[in-house]
Amino acid sequence: MISDSDLTWQDEVRRVARGIRRRVLEHTVTHNGGYLSQACSSAETLAVLYTKIMKLGPIDKPIIPSPFVGVPSLLNQHYQTGAMFNGPRGESLDRFFLSPAQYALVLYAALVETGRMAPEGMVQFNKDGSTVEMIGAEHSPGMEVMTGSLGQGLSQAAGIAMARKLKGETGRVWVFMSDGEFQSGQNWEAVQAMAHHRLDNMAVIVDMNGQQCDGKIDSVMHIEPFDKRLEAFGAKVFVVDGHDIEALAEIGDYRPQNQPMVILAITDPCREIALLKKRIPKLHYVRFANDKERQLYASALNDL
Amino acid sequence: MEICTKVHLNNLVQWAKDKPEVLVMSADLTSSTEIDLFRDTYPDRFLSMGIAEQNMLSFAGGLAREGFIPFIHTFAVFIYRRAYDQVAMSVSYPNLPVKMFGFLPGITTPGGATHQAIEDIAVMRALPNMTILECGDATDVESVLEIVHQTPGPVYVRMLRGEIPRLFSPDNKMQLNKARILDCGNDIALFTSGICTEEAMRATQALKKRGLGVQHLHVTTLKPFTDPQILAAAANAKYGVITMENHSVIGGLGTAVAEVMAESGLGKPLVRIGLKDTFAHGASRHYLMKEYQIDAMALIASIESLVKTGFTITEEELAQIYLAPVHSDARAEAL
Repeated sequence: MISDSDLTWQDEVRRVARGIRRRVLEHTVTHNGGYLSQACSSAETLAVLYTKIMKLGPIDKPIIPSPFVGVPSLLNQHYQTGAMFNGPRGESLDRFFLSPAQYALVLYAALVETGRMAPEGMVQFNKDGSTVEMIGAEHSPGMEVMTGSLGQGLSQAAGIAMARKLKGETGRVWVFMSDGEFQSGQNWEAVQAMAHHRLDNMAVIVDMNGQQCDGKIDSVMHIEPFDKRLEAFGAKVFVVDGHDIEALAEIGDYRPQNQPMVILAITDPCREIALLKKRIPKLHYVRFANDKERQLYASALNDL
Repeated sequence: MEICTKVHLNNLVQWAKDKPEVLVMSADLTSSTEIDLFRDTYPDRFLSMGIAEQNMLSFAGGLAREGFIPFIHTFAVFIYRRAYDQVAMSVSYPNLPVKMFGFLPGITTPGGATHQAIEDIAVMRALPNMTILECGDATDVESVLEIVHQTPGPVYVRMLRGEIPRLFSPDNKMQLNKARILDCGNDIALFTSGICTEEAMRATQALKKRGLGVQHLHVTTLKPFTDPQILAAAANAKYGVITMENHSVIGGLGTAVAEVMAESGLGKPLVRIGLKDTFAHGASRHYLMKEYQIDAMALIASIESLVKTGFTITEEELAQIYLAPVHSDARAEAL
């Protein structure tokens, strides 16, 4: 008999990571489609961020996502972002931003596993009138800015980090990113500005799964030497195995002086679901060819 | 007519003195947009963002979410053309108080097509949550700051720099969604904006001498566009309505007036003076206003064709006209 107190933080990260993969695979099987490879690559990074690295405010009980109440406007008094899922704000607390909004399904799974979103939130995914949108918007659980147009998330988070510095807040600004989106020029403008304005309260973690919509990044538009490029732009860069939770946690504790930090988490888009390897290089969105394939993936649930 | 120089330079510093939440952002055009004195006076509230406008607009959205009010300063084209997606998604969608000061509207620069904002009103008007203002004189440039500050959400301003005429006395300030009446009359309703107002004032003075009554309004709010004075003036005009703007005839003041007239069922001739669906090129303002027919002589020609009368007005006569600052609406109406 193991009591809760015997569980280590590593056990908890592994439980959350496994839960993320399970929930996204379940969803993909049920709905014949899903961002499954993203769950496989980023399960550990999101799990370790949410349970070990980030200092987020607590949630009383898992939140049931509200229905969509309209876009922001002067007249819309009921509007709110999905930031509440990351807890109340505080000067010394961290903030989280998901840059590739296409990872929303994975983030929702992480919120359920960490007790921040009620499981019924997953059922609302991509349903008409729901805030649990396919490509997350700022009203979607866990999100608070518009990042679906890739390139804008990092800049907006940098503005927030700058504001927090000006206000004397000590909490950090965490940005989860994908490797493919660094093909976009705006992200480089953002890194340049983060370095120039010495935003050492910013930490970026990049899910380096080597994949993008059209296939392997190297075949679409290669970005290497990525770490050298980031360093040349003024960032403190760490390269780490994105499935090594202890290594991730150790770097997450580090706080550089006078420069922003970027963690390149090298990940496997087929991790724990080997079936996915057959689909290489088309991994961006999984839709089954026939029912037989679907059954195969359903049985993979037993292995997780 | 009084000509003022670098109005924004000192005015912004004075105005922002007790507003610590106002941050000024520059994209390498600091003295070109007259914010060098602000930079030197309040260095902690000045953010240099480099020639990277897409990042600047999204970054400003982030600052605004945390309670600051970013005042972005650059040439207008680099806001609405270079960074349109960022304006739309990082600023306009979330209805954030990011205030964008776009310099070099229309043909006010010899910088050519790359620097001339000829369709900015059309583009920005289409964005939900956006307020659009345009300055036409020194008093506008001074008083626009307070309107910008008091208007919630994003605001885009067509701003003027350098030598600017003072058409309105300093107490006759810009008001949100309220045009200033410059002249009264029942023959023509004339709506002008920006630098075209000065041109139009010369023309209307010459026309007045010849007995033509022009209801002349200086429009500074392009969005929202619900000022009841517009429809009232248009409805009262015997011969028709004329709009005159330093912008494409598509999507700007002329279009906004056409929409108001059409939706109210007002069937009257409307002449839209502006850039006739064309880009311009690099040359002096005076030369370009004449070349693209957005000057006083072009206005007179349009009025002549509407009222089917020739007024034999020469450029020499227009050049001699003295423009005294207009005091208040009441004063103008009494004239």
